Amino acid sequence: MMADSGPEEIAVIGNTDLTSAELENNIKNTMVEIEKWTSLLRKMEISVGEAEKRTGKNSVNMQEIYTVYLIETRPVDAVTEGLIPAPDSLWRRYSEFELLRNYLLVTYPFVVVAPLPEKRAEIVWHKLSADNMDPDFVERRRVGLENFLLRLASHPVLCNDKIFYIFLTEEKGWKEMVYETGFQAKADSRLKAMNAAFRVKNPDKRFTELKHYSDELQTVVSQLLRVQARVADRLYGVYKVHGNYGRVFSEWSAIEKEMGDGLQSAGHHMDAYAASVDDILEEEEHYADQLKEYLFYTEALRAVCRKHELTQFELEMAAQDLTSKKQQKEELVTGTVRTFSLKGMTSKLFGQETAEQREAKLQVLEQQIEEGEEAVKEKNTESNEFVKTAWVDIERFKDQKDRDLKEALISYAIMQISRCKKGIQVWTNAKECFNKM
Amino acid sequence: MSRTIDDVVSPTQTNTIPADISGQMLDLDEDDDFEVFSKDSTLADGSMFNASMQTSPGSMVNQCKFEEDEDGDSKDIFITVDNPESHVTAIETFITYRVLTKTTRSEFDNSEYEVRRRYQDFHWLKGKLEEAHSTLIVHPLPEKFVVKGMVERFNGDFIETRRKALHKFLNRIADHPILSCSEDFKVFLSAQAWELTTYKKQGPGFLSRMGETVRAVANSVRGVKNRPEEFTAIQEYVEDFSNKISSLDKVTQRIVKEQKEYLEELKEYGPTYTLWSGSEEELAEQLKGVAGCIERCCQETEEQVGHLSDTLVPVLHEYVLCAETLKAVLRRRDNIQAEFEAKNEALATKKVDRDAESSDLGFVWGSLLGKNPEEARHQRQERLDGEIEELKVEIDKLEDRVEWANNALKGDWVRWQRSMRGDLKSAFLSTAEKNVDYYEKCLAVWETFLLSQRTEPSEETDRDNTS
Repeated sequence: MMADSGPEEIAVIGNTDLTSAELENNIKNTMVEIEKWTSLLRKMEISVGEAEKRTGKNSVNMQEIYTVYLIETRPVDAVTEGLIPAPDSLWRRYSEFELLRNYLLVTYPFVVVAPLPEKRAEIVWHKLSADNMDPDFVERRRVGLENFLLRLASHPVLCNDKIFYIFLTEEKGWKEMVYETGFQAKADSRLKAMNAAFRVKNPDKRFTELKHYSDELQTVVSQLLRVQARVADRLYGVYKVHGNYGRVFSEWSAIEKEMGDGLQSAGHHMDAYAASVDDILEEEEHYADQLKEYLFYTEALRAVCRKHELTQFELEMAAQDLTSKKQQKEELVTGTVRTFSLKGMTSKLFGQETAEQREAKLQVLEQQIEEGEEAVKEKNTESNEFVKTAWVDIERFKDQKDRDLKEALISYAIMQISRCKKGIQVWTNAKECFNKM
Repeated sequence: MSRTIDDVVSPTQTNTIPADISGQMLDLDEDDDFEVFSKDSTLADGSMFNASMQTSPGSMVNQCKFEEDEDGDSKDIFITVDNPESHVTAIETFITYRVLTKTTRSEFDNSEYEVRRRYQDFHWLKGKLEEAHSTLIVHPLPEKFVVKGMVERFNGDFIETRRKALHKFLNRIADHPILSCSEDFKVFLSAQAWELTTYKKQGPGFLSRMGETVRAVANSVRGVKNRPEEFTAIQEYVEDFSNKISSLDKVTQRIVKEQKEYLEELKEYGPTYTLWSGSEEELAEQLKGVAGCIERCCQETEEQVGHLSDTLVPVLHEYVLCAETLKAVLRRRDNIQAEFEAKNEALATKKVDRDAESSDLGFVWGSLLGKNPEEARHQRQERLDGEIEELKVEIDKLEDRVEWANNALKGDWVRWQRSMRGDLKSAFLSTAEKNVDYYEKCLAVWETFLLSQRTEPSEETDRDNTS
């Protein structure tokens, strides 16, 4: 007769609340991981504190309203010494974050660079508008931007980047600095290469698999997020309609003598039940944001795979070129024409070349072969370097992903548990009130 | 005041309530409900029970401390409605229900009866009871037709819901001190199908029934002039109650709808986690775990919605119908009073007529017929006196009728309020309990999952330490 017992008597399978000790432990474990690699986070606390609206003229000289975010940094040492100085701070807008990211993508093509939060609200929830100025959206973006910076700061390679450091510490002149690196040219060629169509003969199998995985992950997480949004919407509906019970019970209690009190208080609990869904939905949104980050990560994964294909392709092209040059030399030396060439045809028609001409050609070819061999060696080294460094980062990413998503799933379960507990409380209270009717 | 109620209320009823019924009344002593009645000494003369039962309306109305549990050892008639069956004839298809009665009452020849009845028969019974006891509150029947959407009359859920409502209908009558003694009720429970058909054909003809209806309509148009305050109060309450219960009915149906839509989405949600687990290695286990949790919660949600539909929705709907019944009962009471008032006014007019000086017209008529004026006036006086006496007799009857109707209603009003409270309280309680149960089950599902996750991190840290 579980229904008769009060909440205290419900069989608890395990203590599901994270104790503060456990929470601390979790943080410590994460910090340990980070500290193994990073120098920056050990030195600095980074946070994105606030958001503000600014007006200004945009690139086509039109008035626009945009949001800026406050980046605060503070040396870690200062805090541990017992003093808490005021943090250094500066303002950045979303487009500057984008610029930083593009710079990093181009400069470190072997790194799976953390994604930015959405520019615009894509999947619109019940109470969330698609308006970029909506305070809820701005708040979620602020959290996303802070997360982005922390990801960068904890990355073993990226955290040492100078441009990144200046992004955090100097408001003026940063943009100019970025452009001075000349990354824009690289960015353009990179974009072209990304969109070009080419076939690679011998890609590293692992990258091919990774590409498939990132496509699958994108599909499945998109679908999950869509369904989750619909589920949350429906749940909202269920809870909110119970608010009507509150109203009608209250009105009804006015005409009843014996049932009045019970109905009135039951009505209050129905109101509380209806109101509780707002917090629940907020938590669901937070969970969705965690999944979304990994949805956006798939783009970065694909970029790294693409870069590998590119370097591999260039290597293969260089090797192919070398092979054909060597073949040409052989033909020239042995006099056999194995491959069709216009020159060969014309020489057949118009007679053989002179020994001097042949000698000259041979020399050119040998030069080209030497250069070619250098090129192949270079490309090979480049490719191997890339594969090595990329794969290190990919393993790092995989570990991070598994850890983060596992935590996200656990927090999802905790969220459901919390919702169930609230439900038990409300309906137990309502039951008490109905008993008094 | 020793008239049988039948003379006053339904002069056309063929069967009077047998005198030995009063013996049955003593059996009902044990039932707390009837404390008031059985303690009334006038019952001992065995003449009739109705009027004497109602002679202490004041005490009845003030007695609000009735026990809630009417069932128990005092029940001497048990009815079940079950076993719906479909019948197909050349003209129509219809459903019959088995009505099983077990009783120790002596007016029944046997102690057990099994008959089959169709909705029409229940409808007939209700009509008869309301006709015979126009100001008693008869529990509503499920509706004849369901207008909402494409509900098939022969759909399983619909039949089951109807069956439950019919079961409740008969049991409420069985619990009612007056209605359960109705001859029509007895015939309904015990007669074979052909016997019932024959019995139904007896009774007032069509025309006399029409007459009653016309009178009733005329009176309702006329309106009642001096309605007692307490009935006005009841009417106001019924108005408000009707609004509130209709709102609750709508809200509950809306909740069922929303919950069903939530369930539909939830059914698609779990599989997305399963799909994802196919692409993962480390996470596959957890993802499948989450999918499993969601699926189990789906099952629980399905059960919860079912419970809501089966338990709360029908009860609220019943009381929406009850509100309409109450309004009709109040109207009928008003009509009875209006009829009495009309007759009273007619009497007053006649008296004025008689006491007035002989009119010229009367004199003229009299002289035309060759009567002398003195004689004419005397004859006229005599005639009017006769009419006045007749009217007085009628008015006495009507006055009794009004008093009986009022007392019946007041008594039943108290009963009804108690039933209403009991029914609604129990329905809401059951709903709240089910919801607690639902959340507890879902809680267990997620806690089990979480526990299985908590054991793994310790394995991971062990690995870290050893590497």
